[in-house]
Amino acid sequence: MDNKIKYAMVIDTKLCVGCGACVVACKTENEVPEGRSRVWVVEEVSGVYPKLSMEIRSERCNHCTNAPCVSACPTGASHYHKSSENLVLVDSKKCTGCKACMAACPYDARFTMPEGYVTKCTFCLHRIEKGENPACMSVCPARAIHFGDLNDSNSEVSVLLKSRKFKVLQPEAGTQPNVYYLV
Amino acid sequence: MALKVNRREFIKITGAGIGGAAVAGGVGKVAYGLIKGDSGDDVITRVPTFCEMCTFQCAGWAYTKNGKPWKIVGNELDEHCYGRLCTKGTSGFGIYNDPDRLKTPLIRTSERGEQVFREATWDEALTYIADKLKEIKETYGPESVAMFSHGSGGSWFKTLLKAYGTTDFVAPSYANCRGPREEAYMNTYGEAIESPERTDMKNSKCIVLIGSHIGENTHSQQVNEFAQALRNGASLIVVDPRFSIAASKAKYWLPIKPGTDLALLLAWINVIIYEELYDKDYVRRYTKGFEELKKAVKDNTPEWAYPITTISPDVIRETAREMAKHKPSTLIHPGRHNVWYGDDTQRVRAGAILNALLGSWGRKGGFFIPESAELPEWPIPAYPKPKRSFKDTEAGQKYQLANLAISAGVCAATVHGVTGEAERAFYEGWFIYGCNVLKSMPQRENTIKALQNLSLVVVIDVLPTEITGWADVVLPDTSYLERYDDIRHSQGRTPQIALRSPVFEPRYNSKPAWWIARELAYKMGLGDYFPWKDVEEYLDFKLKKIGSSLDEMKRLGVKNLERTTPLYIGKNEDYKFPTDSGKIELYSETLKNFGFDPVPVYRRHDEPEGGYYRLLYGRSASHSFARTINNPILSELDPENEVWVNPIVAIEWGLKNGQYVRLENQDGVVSNKVKVRVTERIRPDSVYMVHGFGSTAKNLRRAFGKGADDQELMTRILVDPIMGGQGMHGNFVTFRV
Repeated sequence: MDNKIKYAMVIDTKLCVGCGACVVACKTENEVPEGRSRVWVVEEVSGVYPKLSMEIRSERCNHCTNAPCVSACPTGASHYHKSSENLVLVDSKKCTGCKACMAACPYDARFTMPEGYVTKCTFCLHRIEKGENPACMSVCPARAIHFGDLNDSNSEVSVLLKSRKFKVLQPEAGTQPNVYYLV
Repeated sequence: MALKVNRREFIKITGAGIGGAAVAGGVGKVAYGLIKGDSGDDVITRVPTFCEMCTFQCAGWAYTKNGKPWKIVGNELDEHCYGRLCTKGTSGFGIYNDPDRLKTPLIRTSERGEQVFREATWDEALTYIADKLKEIKETYGPESVAMFSHGSGGSWFKTLLKAYGTTDFVAPSYANCRGPREEAYMNTYGEAIESPERTDMKNSKCIVLIGSHIGENTHSQQVNEFAQALRNGASLIVVDPRFSIAASKAKYWLPIKPGTDLALLLAWINVIIYEELYDKDYVRRYTKGFEELKKAVKDNTPEWAYPITTISPDVIRETAREMAKHKPSTLIHPGRHNVWYGDDTQRVRAGAILNALLGSWGRKGGFFIPESAELPEWPIPAYPKPKRSFKDTEAGQKYQLANLAISAGVCAATVHGVTGEAERAFYEGWFIYGCNVLKSMPQRENTIKALQNLSLVVVIDVLPTEITGWADVVLPDTSYLERYDDIRHSQGRTPQIALRSPVFEPRYNSKPAWWIARELAYKMGLGDYFPWKDVEEYLDFKLKKIGSSLDEMKRLGVKNLERTTPLYIGKNEDYKFPTDSGKIELYSETLKNFGFDPVPVYRRHDEPEGGYYRLLYGRSASHSFARTINNPILSELDPENEVWVNPIVAIEWGLKNGQYVRLENQDGVVSNKVKVRVTERIRPDSVYMVHGFGSTAKNLRRAFGKGADDQELMTRILVDPIMGGQGMHGNFVTFRV
C-alpha cells in the first residue's frame, strides 16, 4: 500500500466508563447539529444477577479498509483520503443526499445534515493534520481511546493490538473495520 | 399520609419586554484572547474559565469561532480535570445558549404563592431588596437573614451579608450530601476530606468503593485517577446493590443487601484485626483506642455479617486480605453522597477506621496531605459580630457536632425558632444563590412552609427553576461564561489558582454575581466592603500579592504554586493529628461524650414489606442532578430518567421495557410517570432511578415533566443523630401500572 497511513482507533472497553464525554466533545468540535451524533455509546450487559458482566463501547464510523459506503456512492462523494488506505470522508459538494451509503453501512454511522448532504466521523482530520488527536480521544477522562497508524508497527495502536485481546464490530460483514475494541 | 404539595404555577411575566435588548442576535462581544484569524480563516479565540456545570470547578478553555460559542476543553495544568472536562463541562455553552434563561429582574406582583411577576429594572429590584433588608435588620436583627448557596458566585453575596451582619450560610450539599463524610473523618483524623477529595487514587493499588459511583459520577479528577489506577493494575472492590459502571470494572463486586454496609465494614475490621493484617507500626505510632476497637468488633465476624449482608464469609475474608495485601496503598474511598440510612457518619467512620488500620492516611495510594493557595483579601472594614447564628436554633443546639448549618434545621427555624418565643421565626429573609432548594432537599412541603413564612425571598439564578417561582425578587445572574468570579484556590496535591473570565458580555439583561452583590451593598450603605473600582482591579490586586497578575492568569488559566509541606507523612515521622489526642481516634471519646457509639455499631434498618421495593437513586453521567436537565446538548443525550427493575420483578408485575408506570411510596405519594428499564443490573429487592428529573418548572421547556422525581418519594427521612444528615435511602415504593 505504498506508504499510505492506516488510521485506527483502539478503544479500551475495560477502562471506558460510558460517560459520553466523547459524544459531546465530537459534537462541539465538529459543530454537529441538534438531534444528530457522530459518536455514540453502547452498553452490553450479559448474565443474570449477580453473575454479570458489561462491555461499554464508544462507537463511530469504522473507517473500513473495504468500505461498502465508498463502493455504494454513485457520485464519488464518499471516498478515501488521498494519504490513507482507510480514512473515509464525504465530499459534501459531490453528495446528492441519495443515502445509498447509509443503506450500505452496517454500523449505522452516517446521517444527513440539515443542508441535505451526508456526514459522519472523520477521525477529526482537521485536527490530525495539525498533529492533534481526535476530539473524542482528547476529552476521554479514562484515556480509553487511542489513535494512530497501524502501518507503523511501533505506534501505540499497533503495540496495543499486539499485546491485548481485541475485537472489531461485525467482522462477518467483510468491511475490515479499523475501530478496535480491547476486551 | 404525607402532605400533598401543590405544584407551583409557572412564572407569568407581565409588562413590557426589557430582556433581550442587550445583545442583538444572541451573540455577545468576544472579550479577548485571539489565537487565530489573520488570513481570512475562521476567527478563533480562547479564554480561561473554570466550570460551573457542577460544583467541582474544573478549569478549561472556552473557545469561540467567528464570535460564536464553539467548544470548551480542559486546561492541561489543572489537577481537577487533567485537561479533560466531563460530559457536562464539555456541554457548558448549553447554559449560555439556553433560550429559557432568566432575562431580566422580576418582582412579585401578587400574594406569595401565586407566582406572578412583573419585569423590573435592576435599580427597582435592588432598591426593593435593600429596603426590605433594612426593615428586617431594624425589626428582627440582621441575623434573621440566611443564605442558601451552591455556586462560585455565592462568595460575593457572603461578603455582602457578612457586612450586613449575618453568617448563616447553608448548603444542601452538607446535610443532604457529603456532611457525614466530613464529620466522620473530622472525628477520626481531626480533618475532613473536602472537595476535590484528598484521595491519592491514581497511586492506589487497591480501591474499595462502597456505594460510590465513579464513572456515573464524572468528577473528572476522580474518573481520571480511577482509570489510571485500573490501567496500572489496581485491584478494585465494589460494594453496591446495583451493578454500577464501577462494579462492571471490579475484581470483586459485592452485591450487598441495601442498608447493611456497616455490618460488612465491621466484619472487614474484624478480619484485619484478628488475622493481624493491619499496619502494626502505623497503628502503634499514630492511633489511639486500638484495644477498645478490637474488643468492640470481636463478634463482628464474617459469619455474623453473612446473613445480614448476604455476602459470603469467604468473600469477606478474601477481600479483607486483598486490601491488606496492598496496604498502605489501599484506598477505602470515603464516597461523596453519604446520606443514606441515618447512621451515615458512623458508617463512613468505619471506613475511616479501616483506612487507619491499613495505614493509608497520609500514605501514597491512600490519602495525601492537601495544600491550597493562601490568597490575601482586599483590605475591608471588620465585619459586625452577629449576636446569634444557626448554632442557636433548635437544630443547631441538637446537632452540636455539625460544623455547618443544616438545611432542614434552617427550614424549621424559619417556621418558628427563636428560643423562648415559640411563635416567632428565627429567620425572616432568605437569599438563594444558584441552588434550587426545591430540588436539592427532600420533604418539599417543609421548604415551602418556610418560604411562605418569610418576609423576604431573593433568588439569584440563571434559569427559571422551581425555586424562582417562590421568590419575591428574582435576579438573573449571568452564566459562568459571562463573568469573572473570585480566584479558585481549592485544595490538592499542588496548591493551584485558577481564573474564571468572561467569554462573552452578559446576555439579555443579566448581570454578573459580583456586580449584583456590590450594587446591593452600595444601596445599603455597605460600599466600604466592595472598595474596588471593578472586579478586574480586585482580582489583579489579589493575584499580584502572590506573584501573579490578572494578565498572567488570562494567559495561563491555571497556575501552580509551590507546596510548603511534604505530600505524605514521612516514614517514622512524629506526626501530630489535629484531634484532641493528637492521634487517629479509632475509639472516639468525643462521640462518647456526646452520647454516641465511640466505635461504630451496626443496627438493623427497616426493610420493605411485600410488594414494595427499596428506592435507590444515583446520577447520570450526563447530568448534574436537576441543574443540567434543561441543557440543550445534555437533554438530548439523556432526556428522562428510567426506573430500573430486575427481570424477576418485571415478570411479577407484568412490566415491559419502555412502558411508563408511576411509583407510589409507603406514605401514598405517587410519582410522575416514568419509563421502565428491565435490567439485571439491580437487585430484586430494590429499584433505582437517577435523581434530578421530573421538573415541575414549566419555563424549563426541555426539562418540564420529563421523568420522575425521586425526591418527592422521599417522605421518610432517616436523620443522622450526630450531624443532622438527611438519610434518603429509607423509602419504599410499589408500582402503579
